[in-house]
Amino acid sequence: MHQQPPAFFHRGPAPLARVTFFAVLSILLMVLDARFRYAEPLRQVLALAAYPIQQVATAPVVAFRGISDFFASRRALQRENETLRTEQLRTAPEILTLEALKAENDVLRDTLAAKAKLAEPSIFAEVVYAGRDPFSRKVMVDKGAQQGVRLGQPVIDAHGVIGQVTRVHPLLAEVTLIVEKDHAVPVQVVRNGLRGVVYGSGDGATLELRHLAANAEVEPGDLLVTSGIDGVYPRGLPVAKVVEVERGSTLAFANIVCQPVADVGRNRQVLVLNRGEELPPPPAAEVATKKPVKAKRQRRVE
Amino acid sequence: MQIAERREHILLPVKVSFIALTLLVALLFNLAPWPDLRGVPDMLALVIAFWSIHQPRKMGIAIPWALGLVMDAGNGALIGQHAFAYAILAFGAQTLHRRILWFPLWPQTLHVLVLLLATQALMVAVRLLAGGTFPGWSFFAGSVIAAALWPAATHALLAPQRRPETVDENRPI
Repeated sequence: MHQQPPAFFHRGPAPLARVTFFAVLSILLMVLDARFRYAEPLRQVLALAAYPIQQVATAPVVAFRGISDFFASRRALQRENETLRTEQLRTAPEILTLEALKAENDVLRDTLAAKAKLAEPSIFAEVVYAGRDPFSRKVMVDKGAQQGVRLGQPVIDAHGVIGQVTRVHPLLAEVTLIVEKDHAVPVQVVRNGLRGVVYGSGDGATLELRHLAANAEVEPGDLLVTSGIDGVYPRGLPVAKVVEVERGSTLAFANIVCQPVADVGRNRQVLVLNRGEELPPPPAAEVATKKPVKAKRQRRVE
Repeated sequence: MQIAERREHILLPVKVSFIALTLLVALLFNLAPWPDLRGVPDMLALVIAFWSIHQPRKMGIAIPWALGLVMDAGNGALIGQHAFAYAILAFGAQTLHRRILWFPLWPQTLHVLVLLLATQALMVAVRLLAGGTFPGWSFFAGSVIAAALWPAATHALLAPQRRPETVDENRPI
């Protein structure tokens, strides 16, 4: 007679079979995520599930911040107040003339029949946690799709560009910093209008201005601002300052090391900007030739 | 060779709710807003290794895998990175559990150190293949700290299973 073994011996599939199954499943997920970005819906669901846990985990730190803010010394507050007042006074002339310039600009645009600039408000956001993943340079901010954050929006602080929104969760958004390895920002040298693309060098602190000829007119101290030709970053936002330029007869391109102007990775409050003007689509003939380059860059940026 | 004389306690059966609670607390610790994850001990990996060694049948592979997915989403890491590493860690710990428990606490720590380092090395390998940057050797310091916490973890996590030391007349053992 055939007898079933007692329930005690039922242990399901062998451990090796189980671990193989889960390892293959993970590798599949990783490939889908890294190569094809198909894992986004799953990530959304998981992030939503992790959100309450993260809120609980963040609570002690938030409470501590609140307490330390409450007990900030009077002296420090007075000092901060004073610096803010001088700063306000220093920028007052520009702000006062801004309104007039805006009005003038609108009139000029009207006369040129140009498309009006999108006047969406920018979103003030606070960094919830920074640099969670030690393999990349990203921060999470406390505004998400529900507050109107969209993919690809540029993010700035008081001094300049810090990055770009690369992932939007319902209540959080992930910002990839400009110092992320191979993250590209199209820039222009303020002094002479020279255009280039600045890349994150991967060490988390510096940027590289790549693909400029060895005799390119770039000097230490030059300010780089966004050129606005990518349709992601609005034109004219400060990005970085050139720190070091290395030219040599053996080098095809100049080695240009830059330092971000913004406090990348050290700020608590940031501003998520609305995207600049929508660029007109490229002419049909050029689409075919430009497509591979564009696709490559987008993958890198993401 | 003389077999070392060891005094062992007969432990009470473990409560599944306690395992779940410790895993949740470790997950909360890992998802706390650390400014930089380098050098932070991966408590979840330590707790998974602990229960995989002490209660291999209760842990399995699926639970560590699912917890790894939550870690991936919470950290903004590659989906599957922690899941893969934790599944392999659980398997390694469950395969070695009979051997490891035979040793006293400090040699156990060395075994756990190797397991945790292998877990982190897997994650580094996966991320480097996916085009990430090498986070520096300080990344592995987390494993050393976590392994050093093994004796403390053993005392703390086995505490609810210990019986009172007092001799009871009515108790047979």
